[in-house]
Amino acid sequence: MTGVYQGESANAMKVQKLLVQGGIHGLLFFISLLFLIPLWWLFITSIKPLDQILTLPPIWWPQPPQWENYVAALTSPAFPFWRLMGNTLFYCVTSTIGTVVSSAVVAYAFARMRFTGRDLLFGITLATLLLPGVVTLIPTYVLFQRMGLVGTYAPLIIPYFFGSAFNIFLLRQFMLTIPVELSDAAYVDGAGDFLILWRIMVPLVKPALIVVAIFNFIYAWNDFLGPLLYLDDSSRYPLSIGLYAFRTRFALQWNLITAAALAITIPLIAAFFVLQRYFIEGVTLTGLKG
Amino acid sequence: MSRKTRDNLRAYLFVSPWLISLLVFTAYPMLASFYFSMTRYTIVRPPVWIGLENFQVMFTKDDLFWVAVWNTLYYTVVSVPLQMLVALFLATLLNLSTRGIGFYRTAFYLPALVPAVVTTLLWMLILDPRAGLANAALEAVGLPKLGWMHSVAWSKPSLIIIALWTGVGQPMLIFLAGLKNVPQSLLEAAIIDGANAWQRYWRVIIPLLTPTIFFNLLITLIASFQVFTTAFVATASASGASPAGPLNSMLVYMVHLYRQGFRYSAMGYASAMAVVLFLVLVVLTLILVRSSREWVHYEGASPR
Repeated sequence: MTGVYQGESANAMKVQKLLVQGGIHGLLFFISLLFLIPLWWLFITSIKPLDQILTLPPIWWPQPPQWENYVAALTSPAFPFWRLMGNTLFYCVTSTIGTVVSSAVVAYAFARMRFTGRDLLFGITLATLLLPGVVTLIPTYVLFQRMGLVGTYAPLIIPYFFGSAFNIFLLRQFMLTIPVELSDAAYVDGAGDFLILWRIMVPLVKPALIVVAIFNFIYAWNDFLGPLLYLDDSSRYPLSIGLYAFRTRFALQWNLITAAALAITIPLIAAFFVLQRYFIEGVTLTGLKG
Repeated sequence: MSRKTRDNLRAYLFVSPWLISLLVFTAYPMLASFYFSMTRYTIVRPPVWIGLENFQVMFTKDDLFWVAVWNTLYYTVVSVPLQMLVALFLATLLNLSTRGIGFYRTAFYLPALVPAVVTTLLWMLILDPRAGLANAALEAVGLPKLGWMHSVAWSKPSLIIIALWTGVGQPMLIFLAGLKNVPQSLLEAAIIDGANAWQRYWRVIIPLLTPTIFFNLLITLIASFQVFTTAFVATASASGASPAGPLNSMLVYMVHLYRQGFRYSAMGYASAMAVVLFLVLVVLTLILVRSSREWVHYEGASPR
């Protein structure tokens, strides 16, 4: 059947290939516009004067660009940017430390230690990956309420210090790829498991730890339902709820709302470009859903 | 103490955080959800056992429950297959293209990073019924303007558009990795057997990708049934008690549950709603897993 190809001239093949590639790129370019224009719109609205926002036809570049919107939005008492940012960073950093450390310790046990009930426990761990969060939502709230912790970040952060199924699974898979001989040698030298985990495993699975850290950080940064449930005092709000509250008060000030919205989005986009390798690797390895 | 006991003790010390988590943050709340679902519970007073009354009210008296069920089903049934198809389509295009992959990949993935609140507010602006960008585009090509989130017919499609914008990037990356993993030797063998590009795609590549499709489908489906932030932000208003979108057309299941539990303090009723959704998702997951034996091709397994 290869004769079909041999019958065609190399030139015709080349032209056909170029046409196909051109078509694919045309289509890809068009669709990527559909994905990027909303982001452009977010940016462009944030530097518009109020009367150039909802116009027909739409205005693609404001005359003149009103950069002061950012000053107005980020210094507005209704959107205390730095306090919101501080709260968000606190939530992100503590929860990330918690989940990375605890998940690594648990993953190590699953990957390297032999114990009764290990496979059963690991099976349960995998099953909880599919557990819908809704079924634990209310009793967890009640539990923290009884402990008097509603209104603080404790309910949002504490669970992270006990590991998470997904991170444990991911780190275990990584640790399984590390040759046993490496840790065995350390065993012979009398090193304990904690030392092996810390000195041998952690450096070797660093990329996986970074992936776990990045995705947890972003998850906490974007988390909305958690803070909505547990935080009532506006001085404790994170950025996500802060923006929501800001919008409720200034419903029609789209330029200020988008300025605030972009301000909380840009750190994530910047992080993506700096850490792109880990992002792509992380998503592909895992298929995790934020 | 025998060596085995010592090993066990040491290992359980390592897994103890996770054991605690499974007990305190998974097993207990799951069981408690079932218990609360059979009580009247306002959190300030202890729960009162009322048997199946919550379920009875839910199925026979609460009209909004069925509205929420319908909205969520509509949203899920349309958005999940669309997300999967678009993601697969984009991954296929990217896999075929020879250059610029980095740019396109970034373009499709960036929206997935944007916080859900930001996404929702942004699309509320774009889908503004009077002078939003979407209606400007419709008008430019001679189509009538739409009411989007302000109309009963278009409010759910609005949510679905948002789901597509944010929800395609992640599965697209996973599909792309799956496509890159298709062994070249299999494709060459198919060419020798006379398969054209179309046949190679449907008979070789797609079957090899089915485990990835299955996994993504399951995760997206479970998440979609629990959609909250977009619908909540899109329907929020200062007054609070207003309907979720015109005629409650954006009242998804989780928003109804949230309102019952945390606005009206009907924790028992909200728990009953959680239990129903949980059971539905368990059944759906089991059906999907069962059906996967028919259509998911696992490496090493003989094809049916």
